[in-house]
Amino acid sequence: MTDLLRPHVLGASPARVEGAAKVTGTALYAGDQRVTDPAYLHLVQAEVARGRVTSVDAEAALALDGVLAVLTPDNAPRLASTDDAELAVLQSHDVDFRGQVVAAVVARTPEIARQAGALVDVRIDEAPHDVHLGADRDDLYAPEEVNAGAETDTSQGDVDAAMAEAPFTVDHTYTTAWYNNNPMEPHTTTALWSDGDLVLHDSTQGVHPTRDTAAEVLGLDPERVRVVSPHVGGGFGSKGTAHVNVIITALAAKAVPGTPVKLALTRQQMFSLVGYRTPTIQRVRLGCDEGGWLRAVAVDVVEQTSRIKEYAEQTAVPSRMMYAAPHRSTTHRLAALDVPVPSWMRAPGECPGMFALESAVDELAIACGVDPVEFRVRNEPEVEPESGKPFSSRNLVACLREGARRFGWDDRDPAPRSRRESDWLVGTGVASSTYPVNKMPGSAATVRRTVDGRFRVEIGAADIGTGTWTSLAQVAADALGVEFADVELRIGDTDLPKATVAGGSSGITSWGSTVVAAAREFRAKFGDDPDEGDELTATMPEDDASDEYAKHAFGAQFAEVRVHVDTGEVRVSRLLGVFAVGRVVNPRLARSQLVGGMTMGLSMALHERSVLDERFGHVVNHDFAEYHIAANADVPRVEALWIDEHDPHVNPMGTKGIGEIGIVGTAAAIANAAHHATGVRVRDLPLTLDHFLS
Amino acid sequence: MIPFDYHRATDVAGAVATADAREAVFLAGGTNLVDRMKLGVTSPDVVVDIGGLALDGVEELPDGGLRIGATARNSDLAAHPVVLRDYPVLARALLSGASGQLRNLATTGGNLLQRTRCSYFQDVSTPCNKREPGTGCSAIGGYNRQHAVLGASEQCVATHPSDMAVAMAALDARVVVRGPAGERVVPLVDLHRLPGDEPDRDTVLTRADLITAVDLPPLPDGTRSLYRKVRDRASFAFALVSVAVVLRVDGGVVRDVRVALGGVAHKPWRARRAEEVLLGSPAEEEVFRRAADAELAAARPLPDNGFKVPLVRNTLVSALRDLSLGER
Repeated sequence: MTDLLRPHVLGASPARVEGAAKVTGTALYAGDQRVTDPAYLHLVQAEVARGRVTSVDAEAALALDGVLAVLTPDNAPRLASTDDAELAVLQSHDVDFRGQVVAAVVARTPEIARQAGALVDVRIDEAPHDVHLGADRDDLYAPEEVNAGAETDTSQGDVDAAMAEAPFTVDHTYTTAWYNNNPMEPHTTTALWSDGDLVLHDSTQGVHPTRDTAAEVLGLDPERVRVVSPHVGGGFGSKGTAHVNVIITALAAKAVPGTPVKLALTRQQMFSLVGYRTPTIQRVRLGCDEGGWLRAVAVDVVEQTSRIKEYAEQTAVPSRMMYAAPHRSTTHRLAALDVPVPSWMRAPGECPGMFALESAVDELAIACGVDPVEFRVRNEPEVEPESGKPFSSRNLVACLREGARRFGWDDRDPAPRSRRESDWLVGTGVASSTYPVNKMPGSAATVRRTVDGRFRVEIGAADIGTGTWTSLAQVAADALGVEFADVELRIGDTDLPKATVAGGSSGITSWGSTVVAAAREFRAKFGDDPDEGDELTATMPEDDASDEYAKHAFGAQFAEVRVHVDTGEVRVSRLLGVFAVGRVVNPRLARSQLVGGMTMGLSMALHERSVLDERFGHVVNHDFAEYHIAANADVPRVEALWIDEHDPHVNPMGTKGIGEIGIVGTAAAIANAAHHATGVRVRDLPLTLDHFLS
Repeated sequence: MIPFDYHRATDVAGAVATADAREAVFLAGGTNLVDRMKLGVTSPDVVVDIGGLALDGVEELPDGGLRIGATARNSDLAAHPVVLRDYPVLARALLSGASGQLRNLATTGGNLLQRTRCSYFQDVSTPCNKREPGTGCSAIGGYNRQHAVLGASEQCVATHPSDMAVAMAALDARVVVRGPAGERVVPLVDLHRLPGDEPDRDTVLTRADLITAVDLPPLPDGTRSLYRKVRDRASFAFALVSVAVVLRVDGGVVRDVRVALGGVAHKPWRARRAEEVLLGSPAEEEVFRRAADAELAAARPLPDNGFKVPLVRNTLVSALRDLSLGER
């Protein structure tokens, strides 16, 4: 049990401390940083999916007025480490996917750099490529582990026997599309070298992780690399690990000594260079008895990775802990293809996995005649099913009940096509949400009493639009027992104490626990009336009881969907999510995170899909005109609420993390509602109108 | 972007002369042109800005019609009282296009002359007969959800992306063009071409032809019109299918009808076969279906867009139903 903070500022909703700077345009993002007389970088990308660069002729580009340098596989500085093939930019002549960087132009203006990029003549000896993902491939393989260190396969009991005996079963394959993270701010890096020291202004979810990666790849002592990132225009996982933009900008700046170099990727480039969510093919088998009690839960996942670097999305993982069932199994298999390197996108694993599981649960509930809310309640496990651990807290049932009450679920006629309003068929659906409580070791924080009687709290944390500047200051205020205005928070710079990545919804848990430890030690050492200049640094405490409990956040999402009888157009007229996420630090910011996640889930359900042209090997709809993200008109009413949840086991704040759970389950709730509206079950996202046209 | 000269025209004749002399494009709102220039799809020697030519007026004509200046903004035109009163199909079409910000810049002439958003046309790393004649069509055998089901060729299956032009096709609009040889009038339905063997040519205009205005003829009393657009999200997306209908029903019989389809062809598609079935027939559901089927008999869908055929049918039938019932 953790010593929970007494909430004072926690639970209040101070406005974003950096809000005024952002809306007045004075908050400096990575590309805005004022450096003296910068040069600009533009990347030249391979136009084939596999092959070998035979020559790069930069003469025409170099002849252009304002071009300072052209980096090629022949002349680029050598990196100290090429272990991470994604980052080994211009280190070999191999082309491993379409869009890979094969040259880079440094010029006086971004326009000249781009013009010169088109003049670089890259000759590639093209080789046959293979980018087709299919469950019937004979070269699928089991990775050693899947993302977040989870086991690749699990098995308990005898699923086949249980399925054979169960009176009601579901055995279907569900697919999710290839999705590209598209934060509004593209991946942007500014690099300056000075006497062998490197400063990077980078749009990143973690300054220290980016520093460590850059230092290793470039062969520098980490102390000689500084990464600065006070404001980030969204990341959604795509800025959680350093991508090629960081390394190539550092190399380019080396090529023009004394000149800082800036790079902002184009929107089109983001579709091949900064990670994406793998498409998934998920076979889900569920079996239940007459009363709707699950007997078997099995999920077999096929997904892709790149041939040069493995990333294994943990898609089946949420099925391991959602519902009770004596017989269960999960598998993950990968196809290694000549495709860009996949990576994290908001709620990797849970997001695609819960689309399939929660769709299948809906199908099984209908099959056995149990209300979908009641079915989930019935299958609530007493302990975490696969591990046998008790839950630190689990309030899925409360979320389902409260959501059903607020949504008006009880008035629902369960028959499909039972409700029509004008030319629209109307249906409702439900799905569960879940996300683990992740805590990452390795952060430190410094607390210092300042001249003006305030407390300066320093930690290299990130604010990727989530509100860290505000919420972490709230944690600090309560940890120190002072008012919010008495805390001066500093984040987003490797000159500050080391902090872990803003990923896995772990920010407040990890950084907050660290800040609380530092504040408590500071008070223990300096008392209630510290002297000016008193200072103390502490690291995040080891969590002795950490492994005793299964720690997860939960939620229930309800959707009302309208499908046009003539055109099949699908509209989501209402989304309601009720979440159990521990203590909410800042309701205003939390609501924004949850509504944002649900909106992104709606976008996944109805619109998003990166279309791979297998002949070329690239995403053809690589811009905002054709990669559709929900527009305002698609999102008329999204409500996010939470229940009062007290969890003394997670961390001193009692928080569970809220950045990702909002997107988990949304697509299933919408697909389930669309089925209720029309009787048409769509198992392949997105739910475009052609599925519903008659 | 490749460097170019910028020339701000001060009169129509000068603009045309400049464009006649050099590899030029006219710049009005720039909402599509500038994108294409950034993408390397269009690389003019000179950009002739026609923003100063005072072509942005909208005025009623003596015959009761309306003359719309070439640089009248889409947003202004959509809000024009005469358009709202007499040509609701046009107002709806305008407002269903692009976004508020884009409509504030986009112009009448520019809207007509915008080019296809075919992914391959806009990506210079892929073959495209429209962008580079003779290189092949990547959309055939590739991603063709947005593409044509009517009037396409083996050279090109692109669609014209405009909403406004579809409404104007149904309104029998006339396009006023000033070229090196003087002024001429082109019926809007003849402005855009089918791709045939020259998919690089979107329209019958030559480089130095400048659209100066679009004239709408008056509609007979009792005529109703509507525009219905179906797309993959609720706003800010190009039409999968759109339908513009101008209809006059008297005594339960179709006395006057004009139908145009968007999102289905290389040009705004005037549905003459459907009109033939409808004209003089009872305004009934069965007739509407026959009319739609008559038009769609020539449809040749691609692997990704077979749904467009039933989608056109359903959308057209429901538009005719709603207009003839006078419900909306």
